[in-house]
Amino acid sequence: MSTETIEKTNDKVVEVKKPSEPLFSKKRRQLLSNPLDEDNPITIQVLGICSALAVTVALKPTFVMAVAVTAVLVLANVVISALRNTIPNRIRIIVQLVVVASLVAIVDQVLKAYSYDIWKELSVFIGLIITNCIVMGRLEAFALGNKPWDAFLDGLGNSFGYAWIILAIAFFRELFGSGKLFGFQVMPDGYIGNGVMMSPAGACLLLGVLIWIVRSRSGYVED
Amino acid sequence: MSKFNKNDNKYIISYAIIMTLVFGSVLAVVALALKPKQDAEVLLEKQNFILKAALGEKAMSTMSDEEITALYNETVKTVVVKADGVKVETEEASINVFKEYKKPKDVRELPVYKVYDQADSNKIKAYVFPVYGKGLWDFIWGYVAVEADLKTLGGLVLDHKGETPGLGARITEQEVQSRFIGKEIFNANGELDAPHFQKGEGNTYEGAHKVDGLSGATITAKGVNNMLDDYLAMYKSFIKAQK
Repeated sequence: MSTETIEKTNDKVVEVKKPSEPLFSKKRRQLLSNPLDEDNPITIQVLGICSALAVTVALKPTFVMAVAVTAVLVLANVVISALRNTIPNRIRIIVQLVVVASLVAIVDQVLKAYSYDIWKELSVFIGLIITNCIVMGRLEAFALGNKPWDAFLDGLGNSFGYAWIILAIAFFRELFGSGKLFGFQVMPDGYIGNGVMMSPAGACLLLGVLIWIVRSRSGYVED
Repeated sequence: MSKFNKNDNKYIISYAIIMTLVFGSVLAVVALALKPKQDAEVLLEKQNFILKAALGEKAMSTMSDEEITALYNETVKTVVVKADGVKVETEEASINVFKEYKKPKDVRELPVYKVYDQADSNKIKAYVFPVYGKGLWDFIWGYVAVEADLKTLGGLVLDHKGETPGLGARITEQEVQSRFIGKEIFNANGELDAPHFQKGEGNTYEGAHKVDGLSGATITAKGVNNMLDDYLAMYKSFIKAQK
């Protein structure tokens, strides 16, 4: 009896003494940096490319889309992570969907109120964030098994990984497609826009090239 | 959390119910809180479209939201008519063009926006008529401005819900809409002959009733043509009565 008690107390002592991980430990910094390059949701995991093709005609809507995805992914990750110990396993996908759909609806409403023009352009795709594989993928793969702060960093990292890719594609599409950047003319007058760049097919080509560059740099090969 | 069995049906059902209630109320609160701002945006867009149709895109492009509202309140007067040209006492603000669109043509209440000259408040610059119709995938709508001579199309603003980007959605482009400017809505005999998009694109047309078409967006272009035919026919009595 007595030894058991001692062991138990010892256990507890050990647990309490275990130093908590620093806020930005190496592991946590990697949560932020990995998705930018070697574990990028678009170029490596090839998730969420539907919206990467659809919204990247010009930089401005792309930027808003990136912000919207960041808001949804980070908040959904944190909410799911905070609820992870209460969520019944059998309905966890439904719970994730409810959280994501609610957040997307809120983002949609806020955009409609404060950025009406862009909302009109993006509304369809904002709705489709609900089914964006990056969001569901991170919730299922990460948020369900990790603490809120880690999930927050993971959400941020993956959103930025998504954002820089679609912004890069939008940069080239707007530059060569309409000769503008953020709506300002940068190409000389008389520049005739490249029609392929204006269509989703142009995004597909650019994305292919981008995936090629990123993968040849990191040496990633599909299994 | 060990005090609950997470695989128990009771737990799962109550979890689902509570979750639905919580997220449902959050959404309801957000929607209610943002409604006034959203309505203001919709109204502003309408005012912008009406002025743009009447005054041209260039005049509007540098204006701030407040300036648009001020100019609208200063220069636009509304009347509501029916297809027989008779005025009705309905307030313009209470009319939803989409709801009217679903009614039979002879009972529809049709708002007319009379845009006056800013310098001379007795001189009408243009009559603006809202139009509504079907595109390829969903509804399309817009505002047609008819100049004070009651036959020249002074401007057209088009918008849509779900036309194909790069094809039918091009009806929102300034260049496409400007193809209608200066065309005429009546032929030499005084019969209605609204300008129409033609088949093919990149052609120039003589005459006041043919408009260079939209390549790859035949059905949307036809939708625009039908929409103009329908609504100008309904407004015809009103237009004739102004002469």
